Amino acid sequence: MAFFLAFKEIWRNQVRFLSFSAVIALITVLVLFIAALAQGLAMANKEYLSKVDGELIVFDENADLMASSSLIRRSNLNDIQRVDGVADAGSVGFSSGKIFLKSSGEFLDVSLIGVDPNKPGAPPVVEGQSFSNNRSSDVIIDANVAEDSGLQVGDQITIVTIRNDEETYNTLPVVGITDGQQYLYAGSIFLTNKTWDEVRTTGSANASLAELTSNVVIVKVENPEETEIVAQDIENQVSGTEAVDIDIAIESLPGYSAQQSTLNTQQGFTLLIGILVIGGFFQIQMLQKIPQIGVLKAIGTTNSVVAHSVVLQIILITTFGVFIGAVITYLLAAFLPAGIPILFSGPSVLLAVISLLLIGPIGGLVSVRLAISVEPLIALRL
Amino acid sequence: MENNIVIETRNLSKIFKSGSQSIKAVDQASIEIHAGEFVALVGPSGSGKTTMLAMLAALLTPSEGQVLINGQDLARMSDKERVYFRGKEIGFAFQANNLIPFLTVLENVDLMLRINNNYSKETRQDAIELLTRLGLGDRLYSLPRQLSGGQRQRASIARTLIHKPSVVLADEPTANLDTERAYQVVEIYADLIHEQNKTGIMVTHDLRMCRYVDKIIQIEDGKITSILSNQSDIDDLIACH
Repeated sequence: MAFFLAFKEIWRNQVRFLSFSAVIALITVLVLFIAALAQGLAMANKEYLSKVDGELIVFDENADLMASSSLIRRSNLNDIQRVDGVADAGSVGFSSGKIFLKSSGEFLDVSLIGVDPNKPGAPPVVEGQSFSNNRSSDVIIDANVAEDSGLQVGDQITIVTIRNDEETYNTLPVVGITDGQQYLYAGSIFLTNKTWDEVRTTGSANASLAELTSNVVIVKVENPEETEIVAQDIENQVSGTEAVDIDIAIESLPGYSAQQSTLNTQQGFTLLIGILVIGGFFQIQMLQKIPQIGVLKAIGTTNSVVAHSVVLQIILITTFGVFIGAVITYLLAAFLPAGIPILFSGPSVLLAVISLLLIGPIGGLVSVRLAISVEPLIALRL
Repeated sequence: MENNIVIETRNLSKIFKSGSQSIKAVDQASIEIHAGEFVALVGPSGSGKTTMLAMLAALLTPSEGQVLINGQDLARMSDKERVYFRGKEIGFAFQANNLIPFLTVLENVDLMLRINNNYSKETRQDAIELLTRLGLGDRLYSLPRQLSGGQRQRASIARTLIHKPSVVLADEPTANLDTERAYQVVEIYADLIHEQNKTGIMVTHDLRMCRYVDKIIQIEDGKITSILSNQSDIDDLIACH
């Protein structure tokens, strides 16, 4: 009975309900794109750290968890490796640079990441091979760089950096390709720490350090459940260090938290607008239907049937709108130019869709309440 | 005509309170209506006839007195029981907003069957036959907005009777119709009520519409001023107006 009333009203007022579904579809497109943008930007920033084979990252305690300000000496790495509970550790250096694309004559911004071969922080190779040894001048590029540059295993890569205020060109062999490992919005180029130290961008101030240094140390712990204890032990036993888990390190990436909270706020507001729009629509519709509901109740329709009919209508319209919105989003995404950082990940899309499906019933609660409160006496104009 | 009492009110009163003022819309009304009787409840605007009808339909709780339908005291029912009672035992027609606008004529009539969980191929066929008899056989799938006022009221008549209620209540069913169509509607009501041995009450302020009724109850300022059941008295009253 409730479904009969809900469906018939929609069916006989298709234009009105379709136009409202279109509004919900547009809200859906907006919410899904904001979610995808948040995900895409986050991934472009943190992809390397989120995939790293380790549980802890050790910074210089004065660096305020900023990798670019952190400096860890090789001697510190050895101390960290000796801490109880540490299974393995690898030093990692971050820098930025460009690669020169011979085919187009253009430059491509990249993150230069120095790693210890076969140690935490080194990327998994999906094509080609890994570094032959610690002193190798081989290069592993990530899938994004490979796609954007067209470079393949066996090609030579020309890395452009600024050293001591002078532009330097280093041409090195590409021996392997790893999966997507973006860091700070750029594709990554992996080098051994020794080679990284030789090619990285430097100012004149820290170019003369005698000892090999890196920015952070990635630590793999023996028992992941004791990560916090190991972090504490590292800080206690290796002076001048701060050890945090990967999630905290990601939150501390430049701009990451501010960007994500901004996008999440936008998404939240869009959902809130959705609730108000849906609530307003159904409430106005309900106000117009009061005499009709009065008649329904006067002839013996129960409150439960009336309320269920309203709820079903809201669910049908919202579900249809969200479905259309999802299809539009899918089609738009397929035609978006490359380079726009949007990423439709299963969990975030699912969360957005569930939120969108919930805003209908939440927004319609007021109209359900209104429907229940209608007195059948209205039918008699009393 | 059978003699069993279907509708009975005993000293029925309804007092509406507005601030410090009390308005007695119905005052000590006692009536008895039998099965097969078609009764007109007449009176000027504000006389209390619609309030009386609302109490008979279990839509309004009396301030004093009792309403008994088929011997059942409506005041002793819970709200839920009253809703089910209305759906099953009462057929209701209203002056305006009578039909549900997004349902076809047939669906509007079917609605009463669905409310009573009695919708089936057979009962649907009954609805089609009733509508055909009322001259709406070619309008089964039309929406209310596609019908004339008279057609809408005839569809409404079908809805009041399809579920075989014991009581049919009509609130000013001819208010929006021209005289000829109004007579037709009342005549159909009278015929079907007599034929199916139902009990019908029609509220009207137009005494001309009473030519087909068996009894006229006149109400003024909430009080029943006369009950006419003799045909010659009824004819005289109509003639006077």
